Amino acid sequence: MKQLLTGNEAAAEAAIYAGCRYYYGYPITPQNELINYMSVRMPQVKGTFIQAESEIAAINMVYGSAAAGGRTMTSSSSPGISLKQEGISYLAGSELPCVIVNIQRGGPGLGDISASQADYFQSVKGGGHGDYRVIVLAPSSVQEMADLVYDAFDLADKYRNPVLILGDAQIGQLMEPVEFKKEFRENLPQKEWALTGAKNRNRKIIKSFYPVKGELEVFNAKLQNKYKEIEKNEVRYEAVNIHKADVILVAYGTSARICKEVVRKSHQFKFRIGLIRPISLWPFPSEFIREMSERARCMLTVEMSAGQMLEDVRLAVEGRCPVHFYGRTGGGVPTSLEIIKKIVEIMPKNRAAKTLLQFAEVK
Amino acid sequence: MTEKVILAGFGGQGMMLLGRLLAQAAMANSLYVTYFPSYGTEVRGGTAVYHLVISSEEIFSPLIEEADTLIVMNQPSYQKYKEMIKPDGLMLLNSSMVKCDLFPDVKIYKIPATEIASKLGNVLVSNIVMLGAYLTIKKLFTAENILDQLSISLSGRKKDLLAINKQALEKGMQAIHSFTA
Repeated sequence: MKQLLTGNEAAAEAAIYAGCRYYYGYPITPQNELINYMSVRMPQVKGTFIQAESEIAAINMVYGSAAAGGRTMTSSSSPGISLKQEGISYLAGSELPCVIVNIQRGGPGLGDISASQADYFQSVKGGGHGDYRVIVLAPSSVQEMADLVYDAFDLADKYRNPVLILGDAQIGQLMEPVEFKKEFRENLPQKEWALTGAKNRNRKIIKSFYPVKGELEVFNAKLQNKYKEIEKNEVRYEAVNIHKADVILVAYGTSARICKEVVRKSHQFKFRIGLIRPISLWPFPSEFIREMSERARCMLTVEMSAGQMLEDVRLAVEGRCPVHFYGRTGGGVPTSLEIIKKIVEIMPKNRAAKTLLQFAEVK
Repeated sequence: MTEKVILAGFGGQGMMLLGRLLAQAAMANSLYVTYFPSYGTEVRGGTAVYHLVISSEEIFSPLIEEADTLIVMNQPSYQKYKEMIKPDGLMLLNSSMVKCDLFPDVKIYKIPATEIASKLGNVLVSNIVMLGAYLTIKKLFTAENILDQLSISLSGRKKDLLAINKQALEKGMQAIHSFTA
């Protein structure tokens, strides 16, 4: 049955469906619907809900529950996620599975509470210290939020690695019909590495500290092998109208929805605009973008930032075609008209693009 | 069919619920719908605005660039959002609180929703008066569709409020009939 939920609520319910029974959070706009929903729902499924004394406390509670083998989650918005970075580095260093939701708001600093995509670097390059990666998934609808959060728990367990869900204020607060179609998980099997008390068995160790010279390098090599595996297996993207496209837009999350609007408007003018929407931001769909860059005349990256994913697109393209950028910052959301204007600017001689602009302006 | 509605009023005038009822009715009728509350760091008495898109096709951007319909409950919201209406759009104004300018091609309906609701005995149902008016003009859903959703929202402790909400819906519908008569 379909329900009308916000992205935040859908993330919470999907976590419960996936068997998450340990949630720790600290309030911050624009993700408050998530923590609020969890406070009601967790007791109903005999789970643990704690409103921690701070974001830092919450992420370390996640560490504890993850070490004991539970499916666990925390959520916050940009300034709060910055506070959690030390904990995330420790989780990655201890190879502990968990899910972290970041409903991004404008920054830097306390910024504002409207939608932004300016935490891309922090999310995909490792926001804390050390050579680590977290899997980053970026939903662009409420249904996809539910689906990705559910999958995130499986990915986290499969690779013993934190998974970050990267949304923004718009996806978090937007209400859309959503359906939870996947299995409702309860009483999941115990993880063989989990710390459950060493009575009648040998002790197990969960740690990120390797003080003996050489040990840490061996451990890092193991991590890097794991990340290579993830890069090989877990790339996700959506390609729209990509065949024979002159211009390929590259955008994720909220920006991608607006780009889809542009693609739809372009149809009636026989103007070939395509869209690549990375769903996994790390691992990044570099190979597919590289392949497409050999066919398109140019690419245009659209973000709610000053140009962050742009760098990964350029790294993938390696100069095969020009990569342009349009972005808004500080809570600004691009409009389809702005994107069309940018396309005309980068393709001044394209008649279809101009007609499209005229149409869009009149309308 | 695509209908883009911007709803605005001050916090407490029930725009959130109005839009939610329409969104739920759309969902129940198997239409695509997005409903986006765009709240900032608002103050009491200021403005709260909601973007509602209902369509028979997939909806990409939930943010409205140009509205087919504007439903406005107070003057500050009117000042802030009046320019978002499309040239031949529809405006429903709570004339108890909004004084409007002239828009040559916009269809404007002035409904004294606050007064009507107060006469019914509960000023809080002014939103439902507006909803009744909107339904009568656009006919996207029937009154029954909305009453179904209202009875879900007003279950349990709030059940007693259903009767006055039903009256408010009818008053809103009558208000439009008196324009066209």
